[in-house]
Amino acid sequence: MAERILMKGNEAIAEAAIQAGCRHYFGYPITPQTEIAAYMAKKMPKIGGVFLQAESEIASINMVYGAAAAGMRVMTSSSSPGISLKGEGLSYIAGSDVPAFVVNVQRGGPGLGGIQPSQSDYFQSTKGGGHGDYRMIVLAPASVQEMASLTVKGFNLADKYSMLSMILADGTIGQMMEPISFEDVAVEHYPKPWALTGTEGKRKHNIVNSLYLNPEVLEQKNFERYEKYKAVEASEVLYETYMMDDAEIGVAAFGIAARVAKNAVAAARAEGIKAGLIRPITLWPFPKQVLKDAAEQVKAFVSVELNMGQMIEDIRLATECRRPVTLCNRAGGMIPSPEQVLQSIHAAVKGGN
Amino acid sequence: MAKVTFQTDLCKGCGLCVEACPKHILVIAQGKINKKGYSPAEMTDQEACIGCAFCATMCPDCVITVEK
Amino acid sequence: MAIVFEKPKALTDAVLHYCPGCPHGIIHRLVAEAIDTLGIEGRAIGVAPVGCAVMAYDYFTCDMIEAAHGRAPATATGIKRCRPDNIVFTYQGDGDLASIGMAETVHAAARNENITVIFVNNAIYGMTGGQMAPTSLPGQVTQTSPYGRDVNHCGWPIRVCELLATLEGPEYVARVAVNNVKNVKSAGKAILKAFQNQVDKKGFSLIEVVSACPTNWGMTPQQALKWVESDMLPYYPLGVYKDRSAAKEAESK
Repeated sequence: MAERILMKGNEAIAEAAIQAGCRHYFGYPITPQTEIAAYMAKKMPKIGGVFLQAESEIASINMVYGAAAAGMRVMTSSSSPGISLKGEGLSYIAGSDVPAFVVNVQRGGPGLGGIQPSQSDYFQSTKGGGHGDYRMIVLAPASVQEMASLTVKGFNLADKYSMLSMILADGTIGQMMEPISFEDVAVEHYPKPWALTGTEGKRKHNIVNSLYLNPEVLEQKNFERYEKYKAVEASEVLYETYMMDDAEIGVAAFGIAARVAKNAVAAARAEGIKAGLIRPITLWPFPKQVLKDAAEQVKAFVSVELNMGQMIEDIRLATECRRPVTLCNRAGGMIPSPEQVLQSIHAAVKGGN
Repeated sequence: MAKVTFQTDLCKGCGLCVEACPKHILVIAQGKINKKGYSPAEMTDQEACIGCAFCATMCPDCVITVEK
Repeated sequence: MAIVFEKPKALTDAVLHYCPGCPHGIIHRLVAEAIDTLGIEGRAIGVAPVGCAVMAYDYFTCDMIEAAHGRAPATATGIKRCRPDNIVFTYQGDGDLASIGMAETVHAAARNENITVIFVNNAIYGMTGGQMAPTSLPGQVTQTSPYGRDVNHCGWPIRVCELLATLEGPEYVARVAVNNVKNVKSAGKAILKAFQNQVDKKGFSLIEVVSACPTNWGMTPQQALKWVESDMLPYYPLGVYKDRSAAKEAESK
């Protein structure tokens, strides 16, 4: 068994990234993710890597774009308002089909919001964020261990599909400490023949670009990109279920909300209520099928979120509204208690809100 | 003895070469139209050319080759 | 007879999309000539901007990337930090470099990022059809300053070289022009030096090329080059604004 060490969530991401072969980090300070940058600043110079604090979030994501185009495993990290600024670069990276890994340790919004944990960037990360038709693989860790393993996974998937992948965490998991190990996900390597390396006079020039003025060509590019996304949806969905076998109330939650929800499900079971939990680990691709299948079995769903109700829309779409879905939420940096979730389960049993 | 060759079909007829020529031996051929629809530059007196390449220096479209 | 002038090898055979008489073509050629002279085509990586030169990626034979508007120095930084032995250059216009991308420009210079920046200043937004640029002259009529640039309303044009020369960071900052044969030749030398500096790992070099936009200035190409001389150069004087290596050398003598 691999050695287990006690680590903070944000530092687990940074260390896992290094272990995944990332040697280039570009970022800009923002709470509550700054430990990632600090860890990189300390480690990178000692292992022949590059840590560079950019002049802005915008510059940092465009440095990532350049490094990704140069064929490197590269990352940036930020928190909600900073991710908004990175939206432009994310769109260019997506439109140029180069792989990059981005971390969002969410805080409450909108605007400057607050610095306490939140999940209110669900829409931003799963539906877009930047302009144009594109998707990112969005991974939602619920433990410090997953912060590490999903980081390695995120780099692997980005390179495998030549696209963006993102860790959508929150301030709680970013700041909490848990014992973890680093050897549970193998590092994968994929060829990058499109990379900007210099032609060395041996090949035609590579062009990394997202501009296609001919609408027919641009349409075709979009079609091809969505074929790739289809393949991701077919093979890369991740989720965890807990006590769903005979569940009559399906609680759905991701990230830190899922930990609270799990306690509430256990409490409901202790009361004799057949509750279960579905925890999407990939928010995109969203585990549509498991929710659709669950709709055949449960009487109602409860979506537990640290926002005003965002994932609930995907649950309704996935289940084609065949069962009522109620929202159990807090926002602005507040976290629901297991009791609040249990009350929502009670309400769902009674068929009310 | 010098020789100036134009890739006439790439010429946009801007006339910067005409202006640059110290010997005043280049003109825009008003009566002609190239593939792109422009009246191209042309040499009127090859013998008088000194091969200074001023025309090529000012040509934005790399249309001109100069030999000497 | 021997060839004394031909198209440089670092340019592709693609036909330039620029308007007749647009000096972008001249400046592209000067960049390509520098690449040829230094024999660095195989390790050069170019960064195209958003603006008229957006399709520069089709014109250079080296590896190319198209950056977001104003972000070319950041994108170039990302590439250069990954591949320090490659020769990385950006090619940007005045809106790209001096307006939306000013932060990226200043900070790349402050870091003395070992890249080469070619900055084409023609005092107008060309691609979008002739709007006021950060370098449009006082009183200059554009689509968005139809009564002439009113400096009391929208401020003064920015002299990029002078501004960057105040920084400790950059290695080499110079302003050249392409309005006549003599100036084109000097511009070529400055651009070559800006690439040579990178090869020699000296750091950030920026060449501001005072250029023209006949189409959006509403002039013939000949009139436009005369306007460069009469109106632009008095506001944007040519010269070397910073040359750290030369200054050090002078100091040590």
